[in-house]
Order: sequence, then structure tokens, then C-alpha cells
Amino acid sequence: MAQLEEANLDLYKHLVSERALTGETMLLNMGPQHPSTHGVLRLLLELDGETVINCIPDIGYLHTGIEKNMEAKTYLKAEVMSDRLDYMNTMGNNLAYVLAVEKLVELDVPPRAQAIRVILTELQRIASHLVFLGAFGLDLAAMSVFLYCFREREAILDIAELCSGQRMMTTYFRPGGLWRDVPVEFEAAVRNFLKIFPKRVDEYETLLTKNPILLDRTVGIGKLDIATALQHGATGPMLRASGLNWDLRKARPYSGYEQYDFNVPTRTEGDTFARYIVRIEEFRESMKIVEQALNKLPMGPINSDNRKFVPPPRSELGVSMESLIHHFKLWTEGFPAPKASVYSAVESPRGELGVYLEGDGGPKPQRVHWRTPSFDNLSTIEKMVRGHLVADLVAILASIDIVLGDIDR
Amino acid sequence: MDKKLEPIVQALQEKYTTSIEEFRDEVHIFIEAEQIVDALTLLRDKYDFELLSALTATDYWPQQSPRFHVIYQLSSIARNLTLQLRVPLNGHNPKLPTSTRVYQVANWRERELLDMFGIEIEGHPDPRRILMPEGTQGHPLRKDFPLGYEEPQFTFNVEEINLRKPYAKD
Amino acid sequence: MGIEQKLGNMGIATTTLETVVNWSRTNAMWPMLFGLACCAIEMMAAQASHYDMSRFGMELMRASPRQSDLMIVAGRLSRKMAPVLRQLYDQMPEPKWVIAMGDCASCSGVFNNYALVQGVDEIVPVDVYVAGCPPRPEALIHGVVTLYEKVKGEKFKDLAVT
Repeated sequence: MAQLEEANLDLYKHLVSERALTGETMLLNMGPQHPSTHGVLRLLLELDGETVINCIPDIGYLHTGIEKNMEAKTYLKAEVMSDRLDYMNTMGNNLAYVLAVEKLVELDVPPRAQAIRVILTELQRIASHLVFLGAFGLDLAAMSVFLYCFREREAILDIAELCSGQRMMTTYFRPGGLWRDVPVEFEAAVRNFLKIFPKRVDEYETLLTKNPILLDRTVGIGKLDIATALQHGATGPMLRASGLNWDLRKARPYSGYEQYDFNVPTRTEGDTFARYIVRIEEFRESMKIVEQALNKLPMGPINSDNRKFVPPPRSELGVSMESLIHHFKLWTEGFPAPKASVYSAVESPRGELGVYLEGDGGPKPQRVHWRTPSFDNLSTIEKMVRGHLVADLVAILASIDIVLGDIDR
Repeated sequence: MDKKLEPIVQALQEKYTTSIEEFRDEVHIFIEAEQIVDALTLLRDKYDFELLSALTATDYWPQQSPRFHVIYQLSSIARNLTLQLRVPLNGHNPKLPTSTRVYQVANWRERELLDMFGIEIEGHPDPRRILMPEGTQGHPLRKDFPLGYEEPQFTFNVEEINLRKPYAKD
Repeated sequence: MGIEQKLGNMGIATTTLETVVNWSRTNAMWPMLFGLACCAIEMMAAQASHYDMSRFGMELMRASPRQSDLMIVAGRLSRKMAPVLRQLYDQMPEPKWVIAMGDCASCSGVFNNYALVQGVDEIVPVDVYVAGCPPRPEALIHGVVTLYEKVKGEKFKDLAVT
């Protein structure tokens, strides 16, 4: 098992051009471990000198079997695994799963919980785009941007730790609301972040946006038109940078997004530079949403009242028999879901993150399928990279912003 | 059901053998395996369903006919609609025609079906496994494939499990 | 009075060869980039400016196994990736150490299923296990310092080939 086998060309014969079989072009393996891939992705490149003729991605090096493992756990326990899919956008994954469960069992969520979910998801979007920016700069050999971005990310991770105790894999959103209410220091911490961040975004723009090296390396590279993007299922900033204004937060609003006023940044060129600019603009829009949600934050309960699905607070366990029975049933068996299926999608920083959840009448799901955006976004790379140089391939891969946990699940 | 969806569902009902299921304002349409490519082409060209959001399957073992339901989740950006098509397949020798010519994303998604469920795709340009390593026997997401659960080590059984576990020397 | 005062004046310090060798090994141990999944992000955060790992000698991360002495396996190892890990470990020159960072590398963490190797120590021998999902950057630094203590205690007679 632990011995690498000799690579077999017969597997790929139908995908490479005939020149590779005669030896005229070179087949190079940009292997699973490489400093400029965003995770363990293997690219089989057919090169003519430095120009890329064909690019065949080989995925599956991070396959974790999450979908099958979720079938073996109850709905609440399976949520723990959902963080680890797209590990840049952990709270977004939690939100997608929790919305699907709530749709399946018809559970209402109080407005305070919805507003806090929106605030934390938008902060998570900013954190994810910060890592994109850092990795983008790192791949294009601009290392200082990486250090600046991670400094901002620490502020957001501190806020997450304040609410839930964990920096990254929080599992803070639960079906019916939240795990616990936010502490008193939450509002001050978020306002502090909102005060310092706009100037930092301007700082990143001065470092990168008008930089002639960046412009040379990214303008006109990796063009993706709308028709190809839709055929390949690419959504999110990739589709918006090509010109189509499609954002699930505006088109099919969830969790109270219709109350907030924000724009959806779009560009028309569809190249690497456009994708970078769209994400920089999304920083500013996310800050607007967080500020509006924080100003309008209503008081009220955090969880739904339906005790069949939401555990009662511990203070009630001593006085009420029904609460004790509900608590017992929920923690030993879990709540049952109807024998039907739902599909619920949210807008993650990479595109449309959808959950297909099917219940079987019992406490464990029949099938959980994650429609992850990076899987479809990566399938566009074969079209985008033809004719470019290997260095452009690195820039294009950085601009798609893939997360291997999303692709391999 | 959404008002805009009704004429589309009616058109599909007239042309193909279908049955409709509605749940929580979603519409699920059951279609036969031979008609699915025609239905997808019709929906893409005439009714503007440009985006194939998800292509996956569910296993209903031990029930053998139908054993699999293949699910096509379609999304229309121009009209802001969603629709789900379900194709029931038999347990013995499940086969499905490829939708690669209708939506390019089906290339990778059908490879995933082949890998995880063992559903044979007719006419697929590149039928290889995508997530599991080459040479894997079996199809992981089927219900009769074991989870691969390893017994956790507690204090009472830590020595016996340590003897059985293949630790690396050197 | 004693020999120390005389020697200090002459610019000579006495020590053992083992101490010098171990000191030089710990003070500039360069790790190899082996970030697989979520723990890689915390490893990058540990390398960044807030929790700076280059204070501890890990100035840069080399992508090439031939130029590194430490492999931090950060993240979950799937069965498809296992032969690649073993080959990279074999390509590293002696002396080499392995830190299993995170729960998934130590014991496969949350995932007890067919797709993951149940603990990286089935493939490579591990020196230090760092727990956490993902471990805080401070926890990783604690793991690194524990490895340094271990290296400082290494004796030549254990490494001798008979």
C-alpha cells in the first residue's frame, strides 16, 4: 500500500494530444506536494516548451469520506464534520447545513439568531478572501501581502473565539438558532474591526492593484466567458468576474439577507485581474452588511421554541419533566426527520454551496450530498489554461481560489 | 409550486412519462433513464435552465428496484427557478446515458457517480475513477460498502489494539 | 579562582560534541511544506507575523524534501496520498524528524472511515504528536519546542550504526 506505482500513460492516452505519445511534447507532473498548489492537487501538464497544451487535474488526494460518514451519525453530530469541508469558510458550511436541516424539519429561527448568523458569515467571508489575497500574493511572489492578510485574519479569529471558544471549527450555528448567545464584548470587538479594516483594504490596493508586475501577470490571462462558465457550473466570483450578476444572497435570500442593502460587484473581462478585483470589492460590501446587521441587531431569544428539535436550557431541566424527557431523547437518539429530500444553497466565498439532504424517517440522514463550488470551478481550468505559460497557470490557479477540502470532500 | 414553474412542469408531463412530487415548495419530477438527455436538452434550450447545480445519487439498499435515484438539480438564472429531476435505476446493472453534451460539468460529476456508486455511464468520454485511487474494489457510497470503522483505543484495550495496528518501523 | 575565570578571558568555551551538534540541529531546523488540509492554515498562521515561528529557527519552509529536516504532517492523510507521503519521507536526508500536527494526523480525528489513514504513524515514525482540531499556533509552537527538548537529549550512541 505504501509504495508508489509507476505512472501509467494508458490511463491518460485519450486526454493528451498525439504529440505527447511521440515525445514531441513533454508530460510533466505538477505533483500533489508543490509550493504553489492550494492543497494536494495533482496536475498533469502537457508542455510544449513552456506553453501548456493540456492540463489534466487529478483530484482525490484529500478524499475524506465525509458524505458516507455523515450517514452514520445523527443530524446534530454530523454538523461537526461539515466545518471540515471548506475549511476557509467554516461558519458558511455550518450555515448551509443548518439551513437544510431547518428546511427539512420545518423549524423557525428567531430574528436575533438570523442577524448574528449573517454577521459571522460575512466576517468569515472576509477571512476567506484574506487568505485568497495572501495566497495570491504568495504565488505571484509578493510575500508581504501574505503577512498583512494574516494579521487581519487574527482579529476575525479572535471574534470567533470570543463567541464559540474555537478559532476555526466552531460549529456555532445549530438547527434552530445558535449554540449560545454572543458575549457582551462581541459588539465592541466587531466595531473595532470595522473601524480598522477599511484603511487596510486601501493599503492592500495600493500594494497590488496598480502594481505593473501584477498587471502584466494577470491582465488578459485566463479568460473565461459566461457561456463556458455556466456550462461548467462555475458560480461565485468566477461568474461575476465574467459579467453575470448572480448572487444567491440577492436572488434567493436566506437568513434575513433581504433586509440589508448591498451591491454585488461584477466585472466584464473575465480574466485573473477581474477575479481579484471582484474579491477586493466584496471586502467592502461585506463590511457594509456587517455594519447594518450590527446596528439593527434585535433583542430576543436565540433559539427556536420547538423543544422536539432544540435542546432546552439547562436551568429548566431541574423543574420541568417534559424538558428532561426532551433533553434525554435529543441526546440519546436525536430528532427524526421526514422521509423526503431538500436542496438548500447558500453563497459561499467560492460560489454556490448547496446541501442535498434526504431523511429516512429516523434520526440519521439517508443521504447528505454537498454541492461544493470548488469542484465545478476547477473543471474550468482545462479550458482557461490552454496556450498560456506555466507561470500563468500558477496565477490562474490562485485566482480560481480552490480549497481542496471542498473538492475532495 | 411557483407560478412560473407550472407551464414548464406541464410541458414535461406531456412529453415524457413523469410523476411529480412536491415538498416544502420544491418540485421533484421523476423521469425514465432513456428520456433524461432529451428532457435536459429541452429544459436548457427552451426554458433557460443554464446551470446544472448538482448531479448526485442516493442508494436505497436493500430495496433493489429501484435501488438508485439519480438526482439532477437544475437552476435557471434568467427566470430564477429551480427544478429537480430524479431518475430511478435498478440495482442490477444500473446504466445511465451521459449528459456531457448538454452540460459540460456532467463530465466530472458522472465520473463521481461511477466512482462512488458504480453506475455505468454510457457514452462518457473519460470513464475513470475520480476520487478513489485507481484499483479500488467496490464503490464507497453504496450502503453495503462498510464504513471502515476502526475500534477506538480506550485504556482497557489499548495494548491489544497496539499489537494489531500496523505501525511504521524506522 | 577556578579554571572558568581563566578560560573566559582567553575566549575559549568548553562543551561536549553532542551538545554542539544538537544545538546546531535545533537552532535552524527547516520544516518541509506538507500542509494537507485545515491544519495547514493554522501552520501558515503560526508562520505569519502574529505567532512567529522564525523566532524558533524555522525561518522558511522548503518545498523540497532534500533540503529540509523536519516534516510537519498537517492535516488528514487519505489512502491515495499515503504512498506519496512515504516517498517524500524517504527522500529526506538524515537526520529527520516528524511532527504529527492535529488530530487527523495523530489518530484520524473526527473521521473513522475507509478513506483516511488512521494516524500517520502507520506510514512514518512520529516523534511528537500535537493535539487539537486544529491546534492553536501556540500549541504547534509548544510541539516544536518539545521536539527541540527531545533533540537536545539525543545521544550519539543511539544513532550509531553497528
